[in-house]
Amino acid sequence: MCAMLELKNVNKTFNAGTINEKHVLKDLNLTMEEGDFVTVIGGNGAGKSTMLNAIAGVWPVDSGAILVDGNNITGLPDFKRAPYIGRVFQDPMMGTAPDLQIGENLALAARRGKPRSLRWGFTKKEAENYRESLKILGLGLEDRITQKVGLLSGGQRQAVTLLMASYQNPKLLLLDEHTAALDPKTAKKVLDITKQIVADQHLTALMVTHNMKDAIATGNRLIMMYEGRIIFEAAKEDKKKLTVDDLMRKFSEVAGEEFSNDQALLTR
Amino acid sequence: MHILLARGGLNVMTLLGTFPSGIAQGMIWGIMALGVYITFRMLDIADLTVDGSFTTGGAVAVMLITSGTNCWIALAAASVAGLLAGLTTGILHTRLGIPAILSGILTQFALYSINLAIMGFSANKAVSVDRYVLAVSSRYINAALITGVIIAVALVSALYWYFGTEHGSAMRATGNNPDMSKALGININSMKVIGLALSNALVAFSGGLMAQYQGFADINMGRGAIVIGLAAVIVGEVFGEMLLKKRMNFYGRLLSVVSGGIIYYLVVCVALWLKINSNMLKLMTAIIVVIFLAVPYLQSVSHASFKKAGKNSLKEVR
Ligand SMILES: Nc1ncnc2c1ncn2[C@@H]1O[C@H](COP(=O)(O)OP(=O)(O)OP(=O)(O)O)[C@@H](O)[C@H]1O
Ligand SMILES: [Mg+2]
Repeated sequence: MCAMLELKNVNKTFNAGTINEKHVLKDLNLTMEEGDFVTVIGGNGAGKSTMLNAIAGVWPVDSGAILVDGNNITGLPDFKRAPYIGRVFQDPMMGTAPDLQIGENLALAARRGKPRSLRWGFTKKEAENYRESLKILGLGLEDRITQKVGLLSGGQRQAVTLLMASYQNPKLLLLDEHTAALDPKTAKKVLDITKQIVADQHLTALMVTHNMKDAIATGNRLIMMYEGRIIFEAAKEDKKKLTVDDLMRKFSEVAGEEFSNDQALLTR
Repeated sequence: MHILLARGGLNVMTLLGTFPSGIAQGMIWGIMALGVYITFRMLDIADLTVDGSFTTGGAVAVMLITSGTNCWIALAAASVAGLLAGLTTGILHTRLGIPAILSGILTQFALYSINLAIMGFSANKAVSVDRYVLAVSSRYINAALITGVIIAVALVSALYWYFGTEHGSAMRATGNNPDMSKALGININSMKVIGLALSNALVAFSGGLMAQYQGFADINMGRGAIVIGLAAVIVGEVFGEMLLKKRMNFYGRLLSVVSGGIIYYLVVCVALWLKINSNMLKLMTAIIVVIFLAVPYLQSVSHASFKKAGKNSLKEVR
């Protein structure tokens, strides 16, 4: 039995050798077991998105290793990591193709990471399956399968993206502030759907959020990042006992005087 | 009727007489427009390679036919030559990081020399229907029309099928949302290269048809092909939309693109009939493209215009 995700001493520096040089990930280590649902918090610029981008393979890391379910994926570009990883972006527009129908988007996702052949791309039989899975969302989208995704609201698009990311049983689901661009009510709905899908399919997930309450209430583990490192982590019972004030205190311990600046960025 | 009478020399029958040949030629432009449609609408790239690859197709077809090759095999070879041109643009763009527009311009520029070389360094080469069997010829317009329709329907059906497959869907996704496509495991660079190659193969194929139809290949025959292609794509879409309305599906859209080429060329026929200097045709084509690209934009702007909002607001503040 090996871990579902392993980050081993991962380093990433942007703009190396220029005055804009920035060492963002510093000897980052993280291990996730199968079924772990880890929430990630930290101030702006802590490196949360950078960590997720490193795992997804947006660019190569400078050093260290990234393993998914025992497979070393460090040397693979993003599209070759797709068989292992489902992604939902912060921007609701980024996860779906607006001019394609809802069904066509789902059909593309149902083939994530598979070779694209000259077989038919969206069969009648599939449409039935998609209708079933859209029902899970509870948004009435199952009756709009032939409509273009561009007609949907941000929240609906994010929900569809979530569904797409969960197809094909990804080894890892990466969620980067995927509810941040939504109004509070829609954000809650999308978060509920997230929890349901992760639980139903026993997915292993990594979710970045600025909402500390959500971070505490969601998943079985929580990590706090600061300047490219994980500075605090809590799991299971310890995590359940956490309060927002605990997290604020923890944060001020390491961040020191910068605390007052960053505090505003972490919402209760 | 005013203009007709005033101009005296204009005869409607003369105009109608030019229509069959106009339709045949327009259909060949329409087939080229299918190629432009792939890059412009599916990949969201304005590919300027086509000005060169259209001529390449004509040059290859004529040189092969005059050296005794069967006209259909010559057309296949012309397509392969176009495919290589598209491949070059694709590689310049995806492997060497040159912006798509510039990659196309560079390939087109280089093709000028290559096209001349193909034609033995002469600016044009004739292929007479008296001496060779040709796929289409302006001498036999009815036969050309039938052949044109068969080819157009076959190509539209093939494209309709391809863009319905997993591979074709992935190409549509690539142009529509590259970030999503990558996250779904689509190699968007290879999709772009394949799309550009496919597109220019079609363009060169139609260049080969055009050279046979007019009886010669000319080093300048592809000049402005991209603009004509864009004109056909957008004019066709607008008319298709008007005609089919809600029933417009992808097959209809592709047929519209071919029709766009025909409409474009019939407009040219009318312009020539009105004795507009043929040297002014390019200016006219450019204006048509500008109008068709601008109207949808201006319409959307006029619905949400600051001027209007400002005027309306006066009622409240007065
Ligand atoms: N592609 C890039 N090129 C250059 N710098 C980058 C790049 N991506 C991130 N950075 C820098 O790395 C640092 C960490 O950014 P990152 O996006 O990971 O922060 P974050 O923790 O996700 O913050 P936020 O909460 O604001 O989303 C920032 O200083 C950012 O400017
Ligand atoms: Mg971020």
